[in-house]
Amino acid sequence: MKELVRKLVETYGPSGVEEQIRAVIRAEVEPLADELRVDPLGSLVVHKRGSGGGKRIALDAHMDEIGVMVTYVDEKGFARFMRIGGVGPLTCIGARVAFADGTMGVIGVERKRDDPNKVPTFEQLYMDVGATSRDDCPVHVGDAAVFVRPFQAQGTRLIAKAMDDRISCAVLIETLRRLEQTPHDVYLIFSVQEETTLSGARTSTYGIEPDLAIAVDVTGTGDTPECRPMAVELGKGPAVKVQDRGMIAHPAVRDLLVQRAKAANIPYQMEVLEFGTTDAAAMQLVRAGVPAGCLSIPCRYIHTPSEMVDERDVENGVRLLLEVLQAA
Amino acid sequence: MILKELAEAIGVSGDEGGARAVVLGAVREHVDEVKVDALGNVLALKRGTGEQPLRVMVAAHMDEIGLMVTGHDGDGFLRVAAVGGIDARLLPGSFLQVGPERIPGVIGLKPVHLLREKEDQEVSKIEDLVVDVGASSKDEAKKLAPLGTYAAFTTPFRELGPTVSGKAFDDRAGCAVLVELVRGERFGFDLHAVFTVQEEVGLRGAQVAAYAIEPHCAFVLEGTIADDTPKDKDVSPTTELGKGPAITVMDRSFIADRRLVRLLTDTAQALGIPYQFKQPGIGGTDAGTIHLTREGVPSATVAVPCRYIHSPVTMLSLDDFNNTVRLMRESLSRLTRETLS
Repeated sequence: MKELVRKLVETYGPSGVEEQIRAVIRAEVEPLADELRVDPLGSLVVHKRGSGGGKRIALDAHMDEIGVMVTYVDEKGFARFMRIGGVGPLTCIGARVAFADGTMGVIGVERKRDDPNKVPTFEQLYMDVGATSRDDCPVHVGDAAVFVRPFQAQGTRLIAKAMDDRISCAVLIETLRRLEQTPHDVYLIFSVQEETTLSGARTSTYGIEPDLAIAVDVTGTGDTPECRPMAVELGKGPAVKVQDRGMIAHPAVRDLLVQRAKAANIPYQMEVLEFGTTDAAAMQLVRAGVPAGCLSIPCRYIHTPSEMVDERDVENGVRLLLEVLQAA
Repeated sequence: MILKELAEAIGVSGDEGGARAVVLGAVREHVDEVKVDALGNVLALKRGTGEQPLRVMVAAHMDEIGLMVTGHDGDGFLRVAAVGGIDARLLPGSFLQVGPERIPGVIGLKPVHLLREKEDQEVSKIEDLVVDVGASSKDEAKKLAPLGTYAAFTTPFRELGPTVSGKAFDDRAGCAVLVELVRGERFGFDLHAVFTVQEEVGLRGAQVAAYAIEPHCAFVLEGTIADDTPKDKDVSPTTELGKGPAITVMDRSFIADRRLVRLLTDTAQALGIPYQFKQPGIGGTDAGTIHLTREGVPSATVAVPCRYIHSPVTMLSLDDFNNTVRLMRESLSRLTRETLS
């Protein structure tokens, strides 16, 4: 599964420009799907028919990653930019970013700031793509770039940019690969634009009308120095979300995940996330409402180029989803 | 000129009647069906030739920002609240039209002779301002302008060479572009021209119209920010007058569908129509709710650059206006099922 994860995290795919990552995922899932389509906003929806008698279940992971978008190119060829999704200014300084065609940029900060000890604002950052003027600048207003860091594995830790949420895409793909039988009608949504507006999950769910929805996304941990208190730790198992800033998980979905984990002796942890939300928040409110929950992969350093997960949590996440799908 | 009629009509969010009447008069003879829905949106259908089996929604919002009467004080002055986003700094000294009778109202300013030191640097909040309609008592004020009465700016439309100025170019400019599109030849697809309500207070009209129409794709026509006046730093003007229609890639409300953006830019390049990209991340439009409708609607926004929007004196270039009409007409003519695949 490591090679799959490497392929997924290293592919370009910021919110709104998901074509490349969608093509990579599509190649992985097409041979396994009963039906596959790309819906109006660009989400990839895979349908796996069950043997019958079960529910219509939608699983979801988002394809898009955070990034930056060029907002202006000045006379000297430096680009000003805005963030795509939850990017912080500190993450940007000295970072390297890559555009769809491979053009690279370096992010610098204005030295002449009023207070050099304060965190700079986005207006005080700029991107250097090696141009000398507006005319020879290879990037233009509207071009989107992602952070550049290669995938690395060290012990059981997996480190890369875009673990959020490519690791969950890997979990869904691996679950689909290993799924032998299921009574349920299963839909796997690889959604677009989660990092900006959750628009992909919301509209895809409208099209499916599931009885139950489970999003798979990363969650934070409370196991690094001087961090905010949080119960989740790397390596202690996938996390069952109780609530986050955008939703309260449906108790039946939460309990389903817990019961299946207990019955199959799969390590798990309970999760309350005090900031951030996932596609599940949007899925829950579609049409007349959908019982929704979230299975989380614990991750350190979320929304930085070096997001870190533990491969044991990933493997146990796949096992848990299979336990949910393979029984009634 | 339809832009003049539209700009001078009154239609603050929630009471778009004045603008709606002008829109209905302008499109009625050029469409196959027209109706006004529960919220006041005008839904006009211009059937296609049948070549492209698509429903295409093109929207522009009829509502403008304004004020609403929230109280009357003992001396006969009106208290008001903003409807839509208004910078309180531009209200003192402004001339309003109050209510359906268009009663003149003034938001006065203390004469400079009477100002204390530094008082001229204070900015009054809207709730501290009063509108003077010439009433001399609370009862008279209540009779002239009861609670809930709307007030709009009073800027006449003027031509200033290649530019024109007036109030509410956001979004009467978009409405005027849409009227021109409706007045032209049929497209291959069914054109659902929607003149929406209550965009300025939450993109509300567009949300219900898109649900009813279920379009395959949508274009939103706007009048957008042009901040191209002199600055000391080399930063983005958002859009510039004279540089052509402004295409949105991403704003605070949505990410434009890249296939539709490519259709627009390919068309512009093929025909030599000037265009620009609006500075990403600024503002929001009806596309923000339209694209979330049902299973999703690929959407794009094209705007006429306008200086000083959300002020009484908006300004645009007629070249930009005409190029926006041209870009939309030509792009829509090239829109097929394949564009969205």
